[in-house]
Amino acid sequence: MTETTAPRTASFVNIGERTNVTGSAKFKKLILDGKYEAALDVARDQVVNGAQVIDINMDEAMLDSEAAMVRFLRLIASEPDIARVPVMIDSSKWSVIEAGLKNVQGKPIVNSISLKEGEAPFIAHARQIKRYGAAVVVMAFDETGQADTKARKIEICKRSYDILVSKVGFPAEDIIFDPNIFAVATGIEEHNNYAVDFIEATREIRRLCPHAHVSGGLSNVSFSFRGNNPVRAAMHSVFLYHAIPAGMDMGIVNAGELPVYDEIPAELRERVEDVILNRRPDATDRLLEVADKYKGGGVKKEADLSWRQQEVKARLAHALVHGIDEFINTDVEEARQAAARPLHVIEGPLMDGMNVVGDLFGAGKMFLPQVVKSARVMKKAVAYLLPYIEAEKAASGDLASQSAGKVLMATVKGDVHDIGKNIVGVVLQCNNFEVVDLGVMVPAATILDEAKKHQVDIIGLSGLITPSLDEMVFVAKEMERQGFQMPLLIGGATTSKVHTAVKIDPGYHGAVVHVIDASRAVGVAQNLLGGGKADYIAGIKADYARMREAHARAQQGRARLPIEEARANTVRIDWPAYEPTAPLKPGLTVFEDYDLAELATRIDWKPFFQAWELHGNFPAILEDEKVGAPARALWNDAQAMLQRIIGEKWLTARGVCAFWPANSVGDDIELYSDDGRTTVLDRLHMLRQQMAREPGRDRAHQCLADFVAPRDSGVKDWIGGFAVTAGHGLEERAKAFEAAHDDYSAILLKALGDRLAEAFAERLHERVRTELWGYAAGEDLTNEQLIREEYRGIRPAPGYPACPDHTEKATLFRLLDATAKAGISLTESFAMVPTAAVSGWYIAHPEAKYFGLGKVERDQVADYARRKGMDLAVMERWLAPNLNYDPDAEPRPAAAAA
Amino acid sequence: MTRAERLKRLPEIAAERILVIDGAMGTMIQRHKLDEAGYRGARFKDWGRDVKGNNDLLNLTQPRIIQDIHAQYLAAGADIIETNTFNSTSISLADYGMEDLAYELNRAGAALARAAADAAEAVEPSRPRYVAGALGPTNRTASISPVVTDPGFRNVDFDELRTAYAEQTRGLIDGGADLLLVETVFDTLNAKAALFAVEEVMEAMGVDLPVMISGTITDRSGRTLSGQTGEAFWNSLRHVKPFSIGLNCALGADLMRPYVQELSRVADVYVSAYPNAGLPNEFGGYDETPADMAHALHGWAADGLVNVLGGCCGTTPDHIRAIAEAVRGIAPRKPAVIEPAMRLSGLEPFTMPAF
Repeated sequence: MTETTAPRTASFVNIGERTNVTGSAKFKKLILDGKYEAALDVARDQVVNGAQVIDINMDEAMLDSEAAMVRFLRLIASEPDIARVPVMIDSSKWSVIEAGLKNVQGKPIVNSISLKEGEAPFIAHARQIKRYGAAVVVMAFDETGQADTKARKIEICKRSYDILVSKVGFPAEDIIFDPNIFAVATGIEEHNNYAVDFIEATREIRRLCPHAHVSGGLSNVSFSFRGNNPVRAAMHSVFLYHAIPAGMDMGIVNAGELPVYDEIPAELRERVEDVILNRRPDATDRLLEVADKYKGGGVKKEADLSWRQQEVKARLAHALVHGIDEFINTDVEEARQAAARPLHVIEGPLMDGMNVVGDLFGAGKMFLPQVVKSARVMKKAVAYLLPYIEAEKAASGDLASQSAGKVLMATVKGDVHDIGKNIVGVVLQCNNFEVVDLGVMVPAATILDEAKKHQVDIIGLSGLITPSLDEMVFVAKEMERQGFQMPLLIGGATTSKVHTAVKIDPGYHGAVVHVIDASRAVGVAQNLLGGGKADYIAGIKADYARMREAHARAQQGRARLPIEEARANTVRIDWPAYEPTAPLKPGLTVFEDYDLAELATRIDWKPFFQAWELHGNFPAILEDEKVGAPARALWNDAQAMLQRIIGEKWLTARGVCAFWPANSVGDDIELYSDDGRTTVLDRLHMLRQQMAREPGRDRAHQCLADFVAPRDSGVKDWIGGFAVTAGHGLEERAKAFEAAHDDYSAILLKALGDRLAEAFAERLHERVRTELWGYAAGEDLTNEQLIREEYRGIRPAPGYPACPDHTEKATLFRLLDATAKAGISLTESFAMVPTAAVSGWYIAHPEAKYFGLGKVERDQVADYARRKGMDLAVMERWLAPNLNYDPDAEPRPAAAAA
Repeated sequence: MTRAERLKRLPEIAAERILVIDGAMGTMIQRHKLDEAGYRGARFKDWGRDVKGNNDLLNLTQPRIIQDIHAQYLAAGADIIETNTFNSTSISLADYGMEDLAYELNRAGAALARAAADAAEAVEPSRPRYVAGALGPTNRTASISPVVTDPGFRNVDFDELRTAYAEQTRGLIDGGADLLLVETVFDTLNAKAALFAVEEVMEAMGVDLPVMISGTITDRSGRTLSGQTGEAFWNSLRHVKPFSIGLNCALGADLMRPYVQELSRVADVYVSAYPNAGLPNEFGGYDETPADMAHALHGWAADGLVNVLGGCCGTTPDHIRAIAEAVRGIAPRKPAVIEPAMRLSGLEPFTMPAF
C-alpha cells in the first residue's frame, strides 16, 4: 500500500500544555490561589489559539489533586468554547485519572499508564479506561525502569501493545505511545544519542504497532538550555522536523513559540542539528559556543520584543509590514489618544505603513501572501477605530474621505469563483482604495445600479469559467448603453488581453483594461485616476486597436478544414484487438464523507502557490532564493490550517461516480441503459479539431469520441463520469473569517478547498482505475508519476480544452444525480457550487490522451447545434471562445465555406 | 423460544429487514384516565405521597393494563417492545419516596413485556419478539449544574448514577429482558455511567446482551442538551460496541432527519430512530397522523438511513402499524465502513487518522 509511505505532515496533533500545574507556573499559582475563573481563561486561550486537545494536570503536592481535577473539568463543561475540544486527563496517580474520567462526557485521552508496576495493574487500569471510553497514552516504562535506548523503547512499547490489543481488547487506534524524550547536550556522553534513539524507535514502533500513535513532551529535550528560550525553541523545531516524518503524530508543544525550521539562523540550526542527530562528538560544545549569542535575539520571538520598544508610529508600521496583529488594538489606541481626530490615525501612521507595504510589493520585495496578511492588520486597526470615527461623525456631521478612489468589484452572473477577485480587492485596499465588493453571481443590472449608487470611480469584473467572458462583453455593452464613463477592469483566469481587446473594448467607449494579476491592479487603478489619465487611456485604447488588427490578420491566415475532411482523419485505433474491461462496480458509487486526511497527502502544491502569485516548482519553491521565505511562511500557515480543516472537520468531501455501457456514433457517444445496448440512456456530444495541419505533419483531427469503440465495431466499450467536491462547509468558515477582518485566512481556506477538490478528483481517478472500474488493477505508481499523469486513461471535464462546451455538464450531472448525491449544483453558466469541485468523464482506452480542441468552423458548430437540438446562435454563445469566425460580423450561409 | 435462541436470530433478521420498535407508553396509559387510587392499587393505598403520574408503578398495581398495551404494539407489528421502566431508577423514584422499589419495578416491567412477547411468539412461532429493557435518563444531569450561580456544582455524580443504573439493569435482566436500551440521552455523561453499569452487571452475571443507545437532540441546534453534536455523542459511546445507536424524542420526523443522517454516516453499527408524532401542540398533545409519520419514515428507510424504526411521544399502535407497513420489504441500512482512527470528542468530534 502506498498509504504507509505517504507524508504525514497534515496529521500532527498539538496538545495544549498550559493547563498543567507541572508545566506552567502561572497556572499552578492560579489553581493554588483558587482562581478558577482566571484558570479557565488559560484553557480558553489555548483553544482559541488552535490547541486541538488540552492537557489538564493537577499533580502538585500542595493540592488535593483529585478535587482540583474534578472541579476544573466541571467548570470547563459549562464553557462551550473550551469544552468544544477533547481533554487529556494527565496524572501520575490512578485515583486522579479515574476521578477525571467520571467527569467528562466526551471521549478523552488518559495520560498515562505503563508497565512500571507490572502487568496486573497495567491490565486492570487499561480495562477500566476502555470501559470509561477513553484513548490512552502509554509510557515506555516497565518493571526495571524507564526506556532510554532505542531497543528498550521498542521492546517495551511492543510488549505493551501486545498486551493491550490481545489481552485487553483495547482498540489499537486509541493507543498513543510516549517513548520518552530525554535531555541531550547535558555534558554526559551517554545522553548524546537520546534524541536519535527516540526518533529511530518511533519509526520502528509505528511499523510494529499498526494504527497506534506516538507522542512526546518536547520540552525535555532542551532541558540543558533552560534560560535560553531561543535555543530551546530551535531544538524543539529541529527535533520535530526529524521526528514527525518518522511517525511522531502528537506532541505537547508550545506552538506559538516554535520557530519555522527554515527560519532558524543557519549557524544555529546546523549546531542544533548536530546535537539532536548526534552527528559529532563535540556537538554540545559547539552549540554552547554560540548559544549565548542567540539568547537575546537570534530567533523571531526575541526580535518581536525589540520592535515593541519603538515609538507607536514605528510600531504600527512594523506591525503592518510584518503582518502582526497581536498588539494592533493597543497600538492603535495609543495612536488615537495622541491624535486630534481618530481619522488622522488612518490617514497618518496607518496609511504611511501601508504605503511602505505598497512600495515593497511594487518593488518585488514583498509577496502576495505577506501583503494579504498586512491587509488583515490594517482591517483590524480600522475596525477598532470605526466606532470612534462614527461617534465623531455623529457629533460633527462631517467626514472627509481621503481615499485614492472607489472601486466596485464583482464576479459576473453565473460564476462563483472569487479567490482572485478577493485578492485584488485586498491589494487595492492596502493602497488606500475604497472597495465595494458585490460578491459572486452578480447580474449586470446590479453592477450598474450599485456603481451609480456608490458613485464609484472604477468597475472591476472577475470570472473564471469561459461563459463569464460573454457576460463581461454584455456588461460592457450595457455600460455603453446607459452612458457610463468610468473605466472597466477585466480580470480572472480565462480572461486575456486578446479577448479584452477584441471582444470587450470595442463595445464600450470608456477605458477597458485587462489586468493580468493582482500585483498590477494598483498601478492600473492609479494610472486610470491620476493626473495623466487621458494619455494613459489613449495609450491603452491604441494598444488594443493594434491588437485587434493583428488578431484579424492572424485569423485570415489560420485555415480550418471542412468538418467532413477532419472526420476522415480520426484517431485510428485497432478496435477488434481491444478488449474493454467491464467495470467492477458499474452503478453509482457515492462518497458521503471522504477522508480529508487521505486527500491531503495527494495535494499537488504547485497550483496552490500559483494562486498566491508565487511561481515555481514544489518543493523547490520553499528554497527559492527570491520567493522562498514568503513561500515557506505561506506553506506553514497552509499546513496549520489543513490540520484544523481535517481535525475539526471544517469541510466535508462528497462525491459520486458511475460507469455506463457506451459506444461512439460519429462524434457523439451513446450511453446505454444495459449491457445489451438496446436502449440509449443518453448521448454525449463531442467536438473535433479542425485546424489544418502543415504539410507532412499529418496528425489526426482528434475528438474524444475517437477513444470510445464505435457502435458498429461490436466492441462492448464503457465510459465513466464523476463529480467531487471538498467545498461543503467552506463558505460559512470563509464568511466567518471575513467578518473577523481576516481575508488572509478566508483566501487561504478557499485555496486549500480547491486543492483538496483536485486531490479528490485525482485520488478517485486512481481508485477508478484500480478498483471501481479496475482496468488498471495492477497499477503501481509513485506520487510524482501520478502528478505527471503517467497512468492509463483520462478524465476530461466539460468546459475544458478537449470538450469546451460547458452545457454538456448538464448531462453529466443528470446521469450522476450529482446534486442529490454529492450536493453539487450548477449555476446558469454551469459553474459548480460549491466552487471547490471537479467533474468529468472517464475514458479508459490506453491511447486516450488530453488535447486542446482549438478553434472550430461554422460548419461543425451548425452540425453540433443540430445534434444537441439547440439554436445555432445559442450554441455559438456557449462556444464563443472556440469559434474561428465572428458570428455577428458575417452573414450566416447554410453551407460552411472552407 | 429461549432468550439465547431469540438472540441467535437477531443478526440474521437485522441484516435482512428493518426492525420495528414500539410507540409511546404514556400516551396509551393516559387513555385509561387512571386516578390516584387507580395508580395506588391495593398495595400502596396508604403510601405517604401522591403517586399519580408514576407510570412505572403500574407494573405492580395495574399489570393487566401494561401487558395489554404491549400486546397492542406487538399486534401492530413491533419486533421490539420497550419495558415500562423509563423512570425506574432509585434516583428518579426518589420523587415518590420509592427508591427501594427500583429493582422490583424493573424486574416486574421486564416480566410483563416478556409475557406479552411470549404470547405473540406463540401465535407466530417463526417470528421472535424482543423485549428491550429501557433505562431512561433520570431526572438529574451529571454534566450540567442546576445552580446558575455555581457552574461547578452537580446534584448527581457518575458513581451515584452507576449504582442506580446497575440496580435497574439487574432487575431488567432478571425479569427477562433480551436487550438493554439506554434511551432519551440528553446528557452523555449520564449515558456513560449507565453503560458502565450495564457492562459491569453483565460481566458479573455472565450474560452478554445486545445494547441499544438512543440519544435526544433537543432542538434545531443539532445538539444534545449537554451540548454535543451527534458525531461527538457517538464518539463518546462507541467503545461499548452497541447493537445500535440512534435518536428519539424531542423532535418529529421532519426535524430529526438531518441528525439521523449524521449518525448514519458515521456509525459502524446499526442505526435506530423513533421520533415523536411531531412537535407538541398548544395543548401538549401530538398531531402527526400515522399516515404522515409513516410517509416520512418510509423516506428514511428508502434512503438507507436506518435499521430500527418506531415512535416516541404521541405515537400509538396505529402509528406503529402504519410504519411497519411502510417499511416492509425495504432493505435495511448497511453499517458505515470507517477507517481506523482515534475518534475523540469534546462537544465536537475530533478525529486523528491512524495510518
